[in-house]
Amino acid sequence: MKELLECLEKDHTQTPDQLAIMLNKPAEEIAALIKKYQDEKIIVKYQTIIDWEKAGVDNVTAVIEVRITPQREVGFDAIAERIYRYSEVRSLYLMSGGYDLSVTVEGTSLKEVADFVSTKLSTIDGVVSTTTHFMLKKYKFAGVIINDEEEEHRLVVSP
Amino acid sequence: MNWSDRIAPTVKAIPPSGIRRFFDIAAEMKGVISLGVGEPDFITPWHIRESCIHGLHRGYTSYTSNYGLLELREEIAKSLHKDYQVTYDPRQEVLVTVGVSEGLDLAMRALLGPGDEVLVPEPCYVSYKSCVTLAGGTPITIPTNVENEFRITAEQLEEYVTPRTKILLIGYPNNPTGAIMSREDLEGIAAFALKHDLIVISDEIYAKLTYDGTHTCFSSLPGMRDRTIVLNGFSKAYAMTGWRIGYAVSNVDFIAAMTKIHQYTMLCTPITAQIAAIEALKSGEKNVEHMVSEYNYRRRLIFNGFRQMGLDCFEPKGAFYIFPSIKKTGLTSLEFAEQLLMTEKVALVPGDAFGESGEGFVRCSYATSTKNITEALERIGRFIESIKK
Repeated sequence: MKELLECLEKDHTQTPDQLAIMLNKPAEEIAALIKKYQDEKIIVKYQTIIDWEKAGVDNVTAVIEVRITPQREVGFDAIAERIYRYSEVRSLYLMSGGYDLSVTVEGTSLKEVADFVSTKLSTIDGVVSTTTHFMLKKYKFAGVIINDEEEEHRLVVSP
Repeated sequence: MNWSDRIAPTVKAIPPSGIRRFFDIAAEMKGVISLGVGEPDFITPWHIRESCIHGLHRGYTSYTSNYGLLELREEIAKSLHKDYQVTYDPRQEVLVTVGVSEGLDLAMRALLGPGDEVLVPEPCYVSYKSCVTLAGGTPITIPTNVENEFRITAEQLEEYVTPRTKILLIGYPNNPTGAIMSREDLEGIAAFALKHDLIVISDEIYAKLTYDGTHTCFSSLPGMRDRTIVLNGFSKAYAMTGWRIGYAVSNVDFIAAMTKIHQYTMLCTPITAQIAAIEALKSGEKNVEHMVSEYNYRRRLIFNGFRQMGLDCFEPKGAFYIFPSIKKTGLTSLEFAEQLLMTEKVALVPGDAFGESGEGFVRCSYATSTKNITEALERIGRFIESIKK
């Protein structure tokens, strides 16, 4: 049920009872569906989006373009797994175009990220080259504008 | 000098808006949750705003044809044909107006002579009656009721029609009730219009916000195209209220007459809004769908909330209003609205602001976040419990 998943993706704190009313379905059916989606890992995880900069916590993020040599039988997957298992890696995508993997790495300092790239990532067998881009500012993440300055300007009462 | 003596009697006779007084109180208060807003809580989708900015960069700051940009009129005609299979010539049968409000005023001024009567089912949008009066006509109001889900029927209209009746003015999906009219309902009205040779002005500004079934454009009914002026616009479907842009479509003669007034009073709709409206029609459909499904979630939430409170309430099928009855509380609409605002800080609009038959009801807009709706329902529930004691 696409509508339910869309509602949850937008705000997972809504209760099954409220979702049931909004989607015009029995509450038990909604609760059962949510459980099913969780069991089947269609709902992978519930997470909170935090503006760490505003929270005063220093973070450094880099997007690293990685070229690799695909391996017989497993293609890109085996190397990808060796990379995404690191806790420093926040996201990993196989890409079309000029490079193979897009790796997002997070650390507390520039040095920490640089160390990870030079000692961990680039030494993995099959990694041919890396190009590291440090992120300067986060404007939008997961469909959410981080510092949205649009305000409501409507009158309190209007016809 | 008493300057008020110099004001034209017609204008003087028009009562002040019932909403105005209420707005003044609510606007001063802090922590108010408002269910009193008659416009979307969405901001105009970015692609529409961006097209306007781009237009300004390219120097689009001039007058346009009185009728409006031809490209916009073509898009309007195309969308009406796509949605309702009704055909208009964009060169002569489409007029771009400053919202439906201007379209309504133009239509009344173009058609009414002294003493001409206009049938106006109530509750209705606040400007209907005044527009008729200002144009020199006489509004004949017809109460609709909750038992018939605030729809109008030919039988009811028959009671009010006279040889002076010239126009029937309808607005479905309805502000303030959220009522809609099915195709069958409208066919009865069409037969009535034909029988009495009436012109129908159909305000369809909420057409896209229909949640149960599909909207029928009145002029798409057999034989109705030429005797109908359809008024519509961009405010509600595309969240473009402040752009002030709408349109009127009808036969060549009516549109020419309306354009005559428009050219001497308004000249044209701002070009900035017209450029944005072209973009809205060309690629706004996905955003409309998104907004409609959001409103639908909220509609169900607020309807359920009022029912659980024990208020009599019919299920609204269109627009973004719900119109629960507060008769059980023993308060008038105004008393209910004022006391609720003072004690629980929830703003809504007393039903009688939309006509006498709105007394005993209040209009709540669900064009606000689910969080606000949930909180407002809690407060209203608490208020109702407190007056029971």
